[in-house]
Amino acid sequence: MSAAEKMTPLEARLAALGPLSGAAFGAARAAARARLGAMGLPGKRDEYWRWTDASALNAAQPPAAAPFEAGDEAPVFGETDRLKIVFVDGVFDAAASDPLELAGLEISRLALAGEGHWAEGLYGALEADGQSPVARPFAALNTAVASDGVLIRVTGRPAKPVHLIYIHADATSDPVLHHLIRVETGAELTVLESGPAGARFNKAMEVDLAEGARFHHIRVQGRDHERRAVTGIFARLAAGALFKSFTLTANGVLTRNECVIDMQGDDAVAHVAGAALGDGARAPFHHDDTVFITHGAERGESRQVFKKVLKHGAVGVFQGKILVKPGAQKTDGYQISQSLLLDDDSQFLGKPELEIYADDVKCSHGSTTGAIDETALFYLRSRGVPVQEAVSLLVLSFLADAIEEVEDEALKDEIVGRLEGWLARHRD
Amino acid sequence: MLEIKNLHVKLEEHDKVILKGVNLTIGAGEVHAIMGPNGSGKSTLSYVLSGRDGYEVTEGSAALEGAELLEMEPEERAAAGLFLAFQYPVEIPGVGNMTFLRTAVNAQRKARGEEEYSAGEFLKLVREKAKALKIDAEMLKRPVNVGFSGGEKKRNEILQMAMLEPKMCILDETDSGLDVDAMRLVAEGVNALRDANRSFLVITHYQRLLDHIKPDVVHIMADGRIIQTGGPDLALEVEANGYAEILKAHGIEGVL
Repeated sequence: MSAAEKMTPLEARLAALGPLSGAAFGAARAAARARLGAMGLPGKRDEYWRWTDASALNAAQPPAAAPFEAGDEAPVFGETDRLKIVFVDGVFDAAASDPLELAGLEISRLALAGEGHWAEGLYGALEADGQSPVARPFAALNTAVASDGVLIRVTGRPAKPVHLIYIHADATSDPVLHHLIRVETGAELTVLESGPAGARFNKAMEVDLAEGARFHHIRVQGRDHERRAVTGIFARLAAGALFKSFTLTANGVLTRNECVIDMQGDDAVAHVAGAALGDGARAPFHHDDTVFITHGAERGESRQVFKKVLKHGAVGVFQGKILVKPGAQKTDGYQISQSLLLDDDSQFLGKPELEIYADDVKCSHGSTTGAIDETALFYLRSRGVPVQEAVSLLVLSFLADAIEEVEDEALKDEIVGRLEGWLARHRD
Repeated sequence: MLEIKNLHVKLEEHDKVILKGVNLTIGAGEVHAIMGPNGSGKSTLSYVLSGRDGYEVTEGSAALEGAELLEMEPEERAAAGLFLAFQYPVEIPGVGNMTFLRTAVNAQRKARGEEEYSAGEFLKLVREKAKALKIDAEMLKRPVNVGFSGGEKKRNEILQMAMLEPKMCILDETDSGLDVDAMRLVAEGVNALRDANRSFLVITHYQRLLDHIKPDVVHIMADGRIIQTGGPDLALEVEANGYAEILKAHGIEGVL
């Protein structure tokens, strides 16, 4: 028996990722490796992986995936004045990136961080906290082996957003990136993310918000039909902090987006939203949003708004939880997950959860699955709108609540434009 | 303009016959009213003409300027010049009223081989029409019918009518849910659109809308047929005496 055959699946997975390119934060990485060793890779028997087959994410080598030919499609956020940071198959591309300098920010790279770096005590900390009560093995794996990422400390209100651009060029690339963002008291940052990053992508982002800090995150996952990605966002909110994240997903064989938010300070606000469009005609589409929000202090407000539009055998999963700890009085927690099935072949699986240990709270959740409203469709057609265009308008209408979570009007227009483009390309 | 011959229709779902031989001819520039008790088939007639799913035409025809409507998709009927003002206009969150209007107007122009309006041309036109109909520009920015009062919804229907410039307009119980002032505003909008080349079919329960939109011809519909036709006086007679005597005279019972 060869050495490779003796390895466990986890050992094979780690071995395939190769040696670390940087040695930063060794203690945190070792601890993450120990966590991962204890929890193992996920399987169907894990409650939060019942509906999503992790085997392609677990495999030592990623299934080959051809990069998408973008054609004339405009770059995402191309009209926005932003600071660009580009990774090609997980490797930082200095030539394509802007200088990592912007007033109000300290930006450095994980691969170059050494001892004494401000992020040393923070790297992996929020991910470690987020491992309970639900294990997040891919996030632990990420912390253990991430090859690069950005470390951003926000001390002011920078004039423009930071845009993390991921480019997929190699059919077997398997990048692991880890970003860490610390927003200091009263500071504010908008982070944009776009692109497929690799044939398979594992990304973690830790966001630590001090008192009154504000963080806006807008992500567009799309373009590559064959992409497989698992991402984790781990956020910690101090008093009065605001966290807002919106993700638009179109295309992708397998996407698992996890978001774990710990609202530790009073009067914190966290909104997490997503719009996913899945057309299984060209390649399978499986999209999973798994969100866990913990209210640990008073007067917190959280919103989860997730919408999925599915056709041609596409599958959507939503697993969302609001946990209200004892003493987190006056919590206002809201969760809605809805899917629009454009045919009978597609499927939506929803698992909304509330767990409440305080008695003066307002928490609600709802989950629905439905088809296009025939009356509304007729209304539009009776005005002369052709049927496919009418369906597109109704899809936009369905997604509106989620898109509303994007505050910036220009960025919202960009999102709507991407949606319209996708809908125009995916008419039957 | 519109010629309906011996139209028979049943509901697909319950296999229930609703229209039992409707004959109706509306000339260019004419305004016809159809009145009748609930369940007589008035709304069904409007839906069948505009192409709503769920109805099966078992016999008869309906032609707009000689073109057979019943063979067209709903959007083709609209491009051919048919417009239905809904009794309950649909709310479409997330789609701006202006976007919707422009999409509809340009889709129809494209279908007719006309040049589509540019954003600037469209904006100018919609502002003119909205002003004429006393519609607040703010209403144009809001999502289609979302949060609109009953009166606003109906005025929005009339604005769509004004923008789309149809040849044949059907108003399905446009008076329902309107107070007197709103009804007057809606009627003024309709009257402003009356001309020698545009016809109207006004479906209503009550005479009061016809006080504002003077019909040329009034029809009474019951049990899936037009049972009586007359001038504006017929509506006044219904208002004064109800439908009972008319139905009885035609041997129709048990539908009131």
